[in-house]
Amino acid sequence: MQILKIEDLQGIKERVALVLQKEKYRAKINFHMGTCGIAAGAKKLNALVLKKMDENGIQDIKVIHSGCAGLCSREPMVTIESPGLPPVKYCDLNEEKIGEIFDRHILNGEIVDSYALAIEDGGEAFPFEKVPKLQDIPFFKHQILWALRNRGLIDTEDIDESIAREAYFGLAKVLTSMTPESVIEEVKTSGLRGRGGAGFPTGLKWEEGRRYSSSPKYVICNGDEGDPGAFMDRSLLESDPHAVLEGIIICGYAIDAHQGYVYVRAEYPLAIQRLNMAIEKARNYGLLGENILGSGFDFDIGIYPGAGAFVCGESTALMYSLEGKRGMPRIKPPRSTEAGLWGQPTVLNNVETFANVPPILLKGGQWFASLGTGGSKGTKVFALTGMVNNVGLIEVPMGTTLRTIVYDIGGGIPEKREFKAVQIGGPSGACLPASLLNIEVDFDSLDEAGAMMGSGGLVVMDDSTCMVDTARFFTDFSVDESCGKCVPCRVGMKVMLNILNRIIGGKGEMEDIERLERLGHHIKESSHCGLGKTAPNPVLSTIRYFRHEYEAHIRDKRCPALVCVDLIHFRVDPEKCKMCGLCKKACPMDAITWEKKTPAAINLEKCVRCRSCIQACKFQAIE
Amino acid sequence: MRWAEPITKEEWEKIDQVIAKYKGKHGALIPVLKETQDICGYLPKNVQHRIAGGLHLSSSQIYGVVSFYAFFTTVPRGKHIIRVCLGTACYVKGSKQILDNLQRELNVEVGGITRDRKYSLEAVRCLGCCSLAPAIVVDADTHALVDPSEAIRIVRLYE
Repeated sequence: MQILKIEDLQGIKERVALVLQKEKYRAKINFHMGTCGIAAGAKKLNALVLKKMDENGIQDIKVIHSGCAGLCSREPMVTIESPGLPPVKYCDLNEEKIGEIFDRHILNGEIVDSYALAIEDGGEAFPFEKVPKLQDIPFFKHQILWALRNRGLIDTEDIDESIAREAYFGLAKVLTSMTPESVIEEVKTSGLRGRGGAGFPTGLKWEEGRRYSSSPKYVICNGDEGDPGAFMDRSLLESDPHAVLEGIIICGYAIDAHQGYVYVRAEYPLAIQRLNMAIEKARNYGLLGENILGSGFDFDIGIYPGAGAFVCGESTALMYSLEGKRGMPRIKPPRSTEAGLWGQPTVLNNVETFANVPPILLKGGQWFASLGTGGSKGTKVFALTGMVNNVGLIEVPMGTTLRTIVYDIGGGIPEKREFKAVQIGGPSGACLPASLLNIEVDFDSLDEAGAMMGSGGLVVMDDSTCMVDTARFFTDFSVDESCGKCVPCRVGMKVMLNILNRIIGGKGEMEDIERLERLGHHIKESSHCGLGKTAPNPVLSTIRYFRHEYEAHIRDKRCPALVCVDLIHFRVDPEKCKMCGLCKKACPMDAITWEKKTPAAINLEKCVRCRSCIQACKFQAIE
Repeated sequence: MRWAEPITKEEWEKIDQVIAKYKGKHGALIPVLKETQDICGYLPKNVQHRIAGGLHLSSSQIYGVVSFYAFFTTVPRGKHIIRVCLGTACYVKGSKQILDNLQRELNVEVGGITRDRKYSLEAVRCLGCCSLAPAIVVDADTHALVDPSEAIRIVRLYE
């Protein structure tokens, strides 16, 4: 155990910067090992490289494991740094490719340009034209990385690498030269609002937390990222746990708390593992525990894995869950800042909010407020997924348009299909149509459009998605996850689900649309917590922007996207059929008869309505 | 692994150790349930009673928590657990079809266990690997970009 003083941080930073030259490493291979990279096969590639090093008797290669580099759809990815060459990012790797890169790049010092994605930041000085610079690629060009400042750059198991990227420098400044009040003032100046969904001003919350004098107080970090389609918190905790820990400690100092908890979804085992390791290393350095950095301030952090309940993302429910009870929200006031965990004053913020705190203290609130729109400052991390070419984790300034996000960063819709909607904010959010692509994404504009920032899931949908079915999907989710405490949410959502099921089953009435709207507004107004107040949003927004699809389902008994099986005839249109036979190959039940030069036909007695043929058909010949 | 066998004497001893470890601590119930489920695979009634007695809580309190959280189960699980992600990104990319296909091929309902007790089939809300949609997880392995017609082949790799 080595207790650090503030001067030591600078020393570690300088030492790490020189490690490649001083310790005479031939190269540094950085495997991007987030959950996504590992699922894509990064561990196998890692093992192969280690085996190759062994076979060739090479020891002077530094192999590190960092988190996700953002562009998840091109995993597995590695970044290789070697003296005399710019840092190069390789993507879409497999065992054969990594073998070739090992032989040519690492052993022979030449860049394998056919597998390279880009030259990393810091490679500006190298005149190399065959591979683009990272900042010239559209996916990266429009992003500004503040919360994700260390993504894919640091070894998550080596705290020194984090310190080299100025982790804990903000904390050092706070502990040596700032009073708790001035910390809160700085956060207020920054205009930072909570990144978990509702967007409550962080500085105000901390001020509230400080005001109550009861002791002990608690700081909780909310990592119960339950929104389907969102993985910002997972990625942040996996790739840069120290940024989050530092934010929590600073909050503790500001409100005079000495204990923090991180509540993480149990579905994120890697995040929990890395967080555990980070806490242990921080303790060993005296950055957590008693007398942090010799300042006299004590603070410690524990991890609490959640048990799988969406409603636990609500702050009061989360605290009950931490106490070992059913996670059911309670009526506010009192707010958690007055009576939270175990009835004591508690400040709860989201993972991304805490990750934003250290640079605000290091560079000043004014710096943070320089980016963004009137009511929303700084940047926002989004998980961009669904029917879009570049799937991944992105961070853009507040006020960036949806069009930039979907088309410039996301690279548009694959297979030349048509954009239909973007779902933002998960089960609390909304589906926004093409006509709103120019909307500037911030808290207030989304609110106006009937949507919500949510935690930041952005799912792009193309014309193969049915909006009624999507609304049903989210309603089903909310019914499942409703805690059952209040009637509007528990019963109301169930009634909405029944109506939607009726429409999808081909038994809807035109009055159902109005019924859904009326009920939805009642639920919004009378529900008890944030979950119920926002649960009707997916239905209300799809009715608002895609009413024609509801009408097609009800009046014409037709699902335009061919998703709702009860409204599909499973009939081949002989005019459209190009007699290619792909549908026959795709059918698992052998229900399709087809011979060369004759249109296919579906035997409805054998057909199980699985839609395999519809997906296989390239000519939309099945209706 | 999680077998659907009666709870053995050694397992009871381990459960008692877990209870003893957390006894008297604030908010111990959920960690105790979690560790117990890791030992015996599920939380049947007699185990819930044992925990209630050990932690001086009422059995109804234990059941209330067990039935509230998706993580806990009161039915035995198969040798291999298949989790099909039904998060938004996976859903728009066809994960419902994966689930339908697996239900048909394995002849099992969602949340159920196959007759040979080899597989449990579960639907989960989001695994957080939306970039790899549609995804399924068998035991601890995440399988990415699963073709609905290939899902059964992946599952059969787990004997």
